[in-house]
Amino acid sequence: MQPLTATPTGSQPTAPRILDVDGLGIEFRIDRQTRVQAVRDVSFGVASGSTVALVGESGSGKSVTAMSIVGLLPPNATLASTSRIKFGGRDLVGLPQAQLRALRGKDISVVFQEPMSSLNPVFTIGDQIAESLRLHLGMGARAARDRTVELIDEVGIPRPQQRALSYPHELSGGQQQRAMIAMAIACEPQLLIADEPTTALDVTIQRQILELLAGLQQRHGMAMLFITHDLGIVGEIAEHVVVMQGGCIREQGSVRDIFERPIDPYTRALLACRPRLDRRPQHLPVIEDFLGGNAPAAVAERPRGVVAQDPVILEVRDLCKSFPVRKGLFGTEYVPAVRDVSFRLRKGKTLGLVGESGSGKTTVGLTLMRLHRASGGQALFEGCDLLALSEAEMKPYRRRIQIVFQNPYASLNPRFTVGNILLEPMRLHSIGADNDERIALAQQMLQRVGLPAESFDRYPHEFSGGQRQRIAIARCLTMRPDVLICDESVSALDVSVQAQVLNLLQDLQDEYRLSYIFISHDLAVVRYMSDEVIVMSEGRAVELADADQIYRAPEHPYTRRLLESVPRGWTGERAGTGPAPRPA
Amino acid sequence: MTTGPQATPVGAASAATVAMVPPARRSPGLWALAWARLRRDRVAMLSLAIAALFIAVMLASRLGLVAANWDEEIAVSYASPAFLPDAENLEAARSAGIPRPDAGPPVDISDIDPLAPHYGEWAERSAALEQVEGSRRTTLPFGADKWGHDVLLKTIKGSEVSITVGLVAALLATLFGTLLGALAGYWGGRVDDVLEWFYNVFTSIPYILLILSFAAVLSQGLVTIILILGLTGWTGIYRLVRAEYVKHSAREYVRAAQAIGVTDLSRMFAHILPNASHVVLVQFSQHFVQFIKAEVILSFLGLGVPVTMVSWGTMLAEAQEELIIGKWWQLTAAGVSMAVLVTAISLLADAMRDALDPKIR
Repeated sequence: MQPLTATPTGSQPTAPRILDVDGLGIEFRIDRQTRVQAVRDVSFGVASGSTVALVGESGSGKSVTAMSIVGLLPPNATLASTSRIKFGGRDLVGLPQAQLRALRGKDISVVFQEPMSSLNPVFTIGDQIAESLRLHLGMGARAARDRTVELIDEVGIPRPQQRALSYPHELSGGQQQRAMIAMAIACEPQLLIADEPTTALDVTIQRQILELLAGLQQRHGMAMLFITHDLGIVGEIAEHVVVMQGGCIREQGSVRDIFERPIDPYTRALLACRPRLDRRPQHLPVIEDFLGGNAPAAVAERPRGVVAQDPVILEVRDLCKSFPVRKGLFGTEYVPAVRDVSFRLRKGKTLGLVGESGSGKTTVGLTLMRLHRASGGQALFEGCDLLALSEAEMKPYRRRIQIVFQNPYASLNPRFTVGNILLEPMRLHSIGADNDERIALAQQMLQRVGLPAESFDRYPHEFSGGQRQRIAIARCLTMRPDVLICDESVSALDVSVQAQVLNLLQDLQDEYRLSYIFISHDLAVVRYMSDEVIVMSEGRAVELADADQIYRAPEHPYTRRLLESVPRGWTGERAGTGPAPRPA
Repeated sequence: MTTGPQATPVGAASAATVAMVPPARRSPGLWALAWARLRRDRVAMLSLAIAALFIAVMLASRLGLVAANWDEEIAVSYASPAFLPDAENLEAARSAGIPRPDAGPPVDISDIDPLAPHYGEWAERSAALEQVEGSRRTTLPFGADKWGHDVLLKTIKGSEVSITVGLVAALLATLFGTLLGALAGYWGGRVDDVLEWFYNVFTSIPYILLILSFAAVLSQGLVTIILILGLTGWTGIYRLVRAEYVKHSAREYVRAAQAIGVTDLSRMFAHILPNASHVVLVQFSQHFVQFIKAEVILSFLGLGVPVTMVSWGTMLAEAQEELIIGKWWQLTAAGVSMAVLVTAISLLADAMRDALDPKIR
């Protein structure tokens, strides 16, 4: 695999700076009394032609910092008086809107996270690209059209002539992001701000977009400010790294320094708590370990894998699911989402289910839970076919097979207290003799997942994402399930929180001998959690093997492509060139 | 002291249970938070106070505490408002100026007139009447109508019908719309198809025509007008509630409820309804306003409450003739009361929508 940048490390101090941010502070006015300091004293620079990465978890102020550069802050935000944003020698702070507008899209352009919502659905992508050409470069209609086709070709969308006439919804997610990039580079900007440009994309598409951005940057010699939460990407693409937390810069330096000799404990924690493809410790380190000052010593590796003697708790045979799609007034067409998937889940073990969006991995989980009606196949739970049971016959099995959903913000009823959320399943399944016993049980579960007892009377909106996911896990635990389906359960969480929840899931498995079906698009997380792994693509299981086996020697070409696309962070390949690391 | 060591674990256990018991402080629910936000909105609080005042006065009138004697003819016809004591009142002057037949007819026909024996009695009576006429007031706080009713009391009494109609009809429409919307949105498929067809057919009939046909079939009265408005007004609520249910049925928390085995009915009304309740509440208050106006229009058209009752609508209908002769106070009293109440509730509904915004999660 080729490194994404040719000049890998910090030309930072020597090259002239195109952008200089100094003493930036941003304050949000919530209401008459409340003000929130979102960014405090942030200073960094971007050398022309280089890539600077702003890294941080949600709420770190990285996006707000970037938006302040282009003057796209919401109206209730104010800049601190010390703020200086120098671009090409000009201070952008206090620049009149008209001049900022002339700058935006021409000298500085932005690529946003969600290509679908950033493109206007009622205009063709050709029109949208041509708009900035005509606006900023004053091109005529014909010249703009020709240039647009060139640009669409340059960002690697096939058949550019026709694609210029396509509407956004006719393009795939990756192509939409390519179109956004074409718009951003249309006027040859000196600085490209990419705000989590690949977060919404699948890992193979992410790889293509990153390669495209790196290539364009070299060809056009533009500087790039890359905002991301993923240190894996940073290690591949950036030259200078700025690590932010809670609105402040924790550490900045060349990519080599950050990865090889991080000074700040927060940076070290961020680097350590992400699961890796090449290691599997007993426990993931968490941020508290580092901030407490006692960096955890190397932990023993956890052995994984199954043997033939392990008892099977759930056997799925030829599971099929197709969704009806209406055609015309009366016609119905069936679109297959899952095709002939078979596997065995063993007691106390984890089966990982990986695949990209649309691969049918979530549908498998929902169909097993009977939240979708299966179109065919069997799911034998201790010999009883769950898919053939009536709703009443299913009820005793409901408590034994449970699911934790992806979005912790959506999976808890906002109008229920945490107590009610935990008590409801126990009432339904007559667990516990009376209400007092149930309350005691619920309190126990809260404690077990690491939440304080007073959470009982609170509402979900008072908790953070990670805490909410703990509540969702506690809700499942009240029923003492045998099988827990984790449907992208940690995907929406920040890496530090993700590590905590993964550790919790691991502890619970050790304690209760739970069997997990762990569904995720994140190959590193799946490898960390799973004994066996199924790789899914277009509704089919293309490969099923022991976790170590599949990552060491993938057999199916799709699996190989998937594994090659995972950002690896800082690797030896890039370390060979560039300046020497700072002294230890 | 053999009991000592045994007592200790019991004590420890009870201490543990005490620690387990959640503290008394209940954290604010979404409703409490919404109320706190609403409290901070001065316009909303003023609107709430005005609406509460109207409803309090209306209830007092219903209980007979105020305006019970609104139909007593206590003033001269079209008595002027107190703030315009010098307004010219030709009507009163004319009725006062009509000469009373104090004597018998000019030609004495008493020998052939069969009514002659009664004249004396009638003369006495009319003399008594004249005395009453004389004691009629020429000004009232907000003037009088054609028959000399106090417009202020009439407005208060009229609020009874208007607010009752608005409130009950809005309740009916909200109930109907929410129920159908919930069914359609939650079940989708066939149920949704059938209800959508029903909705489309229903809304394709011109609204006024629908109301007229209802009014023609049913007898005139308060219940009729409530039924008309309630049964024709559910469509907007139905659409919005249906959309909410479509959205929420696919949410993960509803899926999660299904996964733990919650029944459909409970998912519809225990899980989703509280999350859609802000829509229902805001729609209710908007329909309240709309139905107050609708009652006025229906009564104005003569399809509303019977003439024996008074409502803001009948008052406005009467004002039609009065305006020609320059008597504007009845129109103003009914119009301003309605406008103030309607504006207050509209503003309140607006503020409620902001306060209940579920986006805060």
